[in-house]
Amino acid sequence: MQRVLILGAQSAIAKAFARQHAARGDHLVLVARDAQALAHAVQDFMVRGAASVQTIAQDLAQVEAHASLWQSANAQGPIDTVLLAYGVLPDQEANESSVEETLRGFWVNANSAIALLCLMAQGMKSRAGARIGVISSVAGDRGRKSNYGYGAAKAALSAYALGMGQMLHPHGVSVTVIKPGFVDTPMTAAFKKGPLWAQPERVAKEIVHAMDSRRPILYTPFFWRWIMMVIAHLPESLLRRRPI
Amino acid sequence: MSRPLSVPTTTSLQSWGRLSESNQQAWYPSGRHCSLPGDSNSSLLPYGMGRSYGDLPFNPGGLALMGRALDRFISFDANTGELCCESGVLLGEILQLTVPKGWFLPVTPGSQFVTVGGAIANDVHGKNHHRAGCFGNHLLEFELLRSSGDRLQLKPNDPLFAATVAGLGLTGLITWARMQLIPVRSNQMSVESIRFEGLDGFFELSKESDASHDYTVAWVDCLASRGRGIFFRANHAFAGVGSEEGSCATQPLRTEPLRTKLLRTKRRSMPFTPPVSLVNGLSLRAFNALYFHWPRKRQDTQHYDPFFYPLDSIAHWNRMYGPAGFYQYQFVVGLRDGAAAISEALAEISRAGLGSFLAVLKVFGDRPSPGLMSFPQPGYCLALDFPRQPQLMALFQRLDRIILNAQGRLYPAKDACMSPQMFQQGYPRWQAFAQHIDPKFSSAFWRRVTG
Repeated sequence: MQRVLILGAQSAIAKAFARQHAARGDHLVLVARDAQALAHAVQDFMVRGAASVQTIAQDLAQVEAHASLWQSANAQGPIDTVLLAYGVLPDQEANESSVEETLRGFWVNANSAIALLCLMAQGMKSRAGARIGVISSVAGDRGRKSNYGYGAAKAALSAYALGMGQMLHPHGVSVTVIKPGFVDTPMTAAFKKGPLWAQPERVAKEIVHAMDSRRPILYTPFFWRWIMMVIAHLPESLLRRRPI
Repeated sequence: MSRPLSVPTTTSLQSWGRLSESNQQAWYPSGRHCSLPGDSNSSLLPYGMGRSYGDLPFNPGGLALMGRALDRFISFDANTGELCCESGVLLGEILQLTVPKGWFLPVTPGSQFVTVGGAIANDVHGKNHHRAGCFGNHLLEFELLRSSGDRLQLKPNDPLFAATVAGLGLTGLITWARMQLIPVRSNQMSVESIRFEGLDGFFELSKESDASHDYTVAWVDCLASRGRGIFFRANHAFAGVGSEEGSCATQPLRTEPLRTKLLRTKRRSMPFTPPVSLVNGLSLRAFNALYFHWPRKRQDTQHYDPFFYPLDSIAHWNRMYGPAGFYQYQFVVGLRDGAAAISEALAEISRAGLGSFLAVLKVFGDRPSPGLMSFPQPGYCLALDFPRQPQLMALFQRLDRIILNAQGRLYPAKDACMSPQMFQQGYPRWQAFAQHIDPKFSSAFWRRVTG
């Protein structure tokens, strides 16, 4: 039985991930901003079989609150599985003209997430067997006109998490950097959907499997590995003429 | 992170007959506690899985309340079988949770990919209507969110309960519902299939089976002039009992086979829309002859999934009708003149040569329907799929006449083209119902049949 901490529990992928662990009878600790929504989540996961569900209503962008959050998450027993699942998808065009908005998005997606990882890594070193999943994005693999602010933050997060994984490896703790492609969630409700879009349930299932088997990097769905391999190697001169 | 989207976004909605509506904005509730978008002047209509066939889920120019976002369970008591969940939970998700604990839906339609809210709003029925009535007959309570901001907890004796069950989504947004499930002892069905020739054969089998079998339904070959078909009757199987119907094939409840996995996981799929309908006179004749003569065991035990949801096993099966899509025509006629009306209707279809490979005949029981606008009434119910083509309207008009003469009516959930006259005569209580409609809610269907 695992003790699973989910940071950003209201996201569609995190919800589907939590349901998988609930069905296994695990203990869940959920962190999200909306206390009312968290209360409803508790009922849902309990019906689905969770051993226990604890909630912490907290805005994770507030870095100064992380230490006490980590403490209360571990109050009922040491956390051995973490999914970092929160983030914001800023409107790139609107952000082009705003330093403040650009930095705010970067703060949530990169600074606050890295702060949490740094903090948790210290605590997890002594917990051999523990797993940390970090939801980054394929957007971090190449700076692109359509979302370079978001991409830059996710690139920072990916690099940090990968390096941290190497640091934790000798301690028996695995880090999985998760790079979803297009996922059909409320965060992306405004986008036109095509054949490359995946459902959060499928993505969550692949995340659970990758963390179980301690894979260092997961592209989900799988074909994004190949798509990003191509995109990452496109000549910059081409992207300047034909931005994607 | 989930930003509860308060900003509506443009979206293209689909219904199962392959109609689509893009002049509508989508609004996602962040939970059952959130209030309806109050700032806009556009009218509202809940949208679930888009499994009704015509324009029922559309509201051009308005806001679609994306009900599927409300997909949380609230409570389930494995001792009493009482389930409470949000309205966007799928019937299939309920079965996944409850079957291993020995509980089944009291009533299920032919697809498990429908939301609880949609099942209530259409007061769906199933193969056990003669015993169990409609979906709404098993509701203990639900909450209705009105545009005024009122949250009403409605129980079966409430007038707004009767208006909301089969209320086509027009009385407000259903946020959660509490219902009574039925106990089962395995995930298997013991099924009998019996060929019959002529409609009389069907009526006899139906009469004989109604008392002994919970589930009865018949497939009809509507191209054969005097009517032939296969009658299916079934009960939930007993697990581990040494009777001849149950013994070796039944499985303990806890080992759910993979087939019950939902949505987009390893189901066969119609991957694209063929340029022309694959369903035409030729393929239909071949299919019907093959299906009728296909050797099948008279008695069999099978998992509930293929029994209740044969078409769910092929995702997007509606694509086989090509870009033009298809119409379903489903009606019920009263017991008194019904038998004659059914045979008249089948003869009319056979003569037109426009037959359908999905032709399903079922006898409805006399359990009173809970909704003011519920479709089922005691009598005979026939459902037919037709590839969309120009000659169809003339056939529908001839069928309409037969149905009106037999005090029958059409099923709004399946309809895309019934006339206002057909609707208003079929549902004489529509004006009483109209008084319960939420002033901010409307739908394309409602404007069409009452406008």
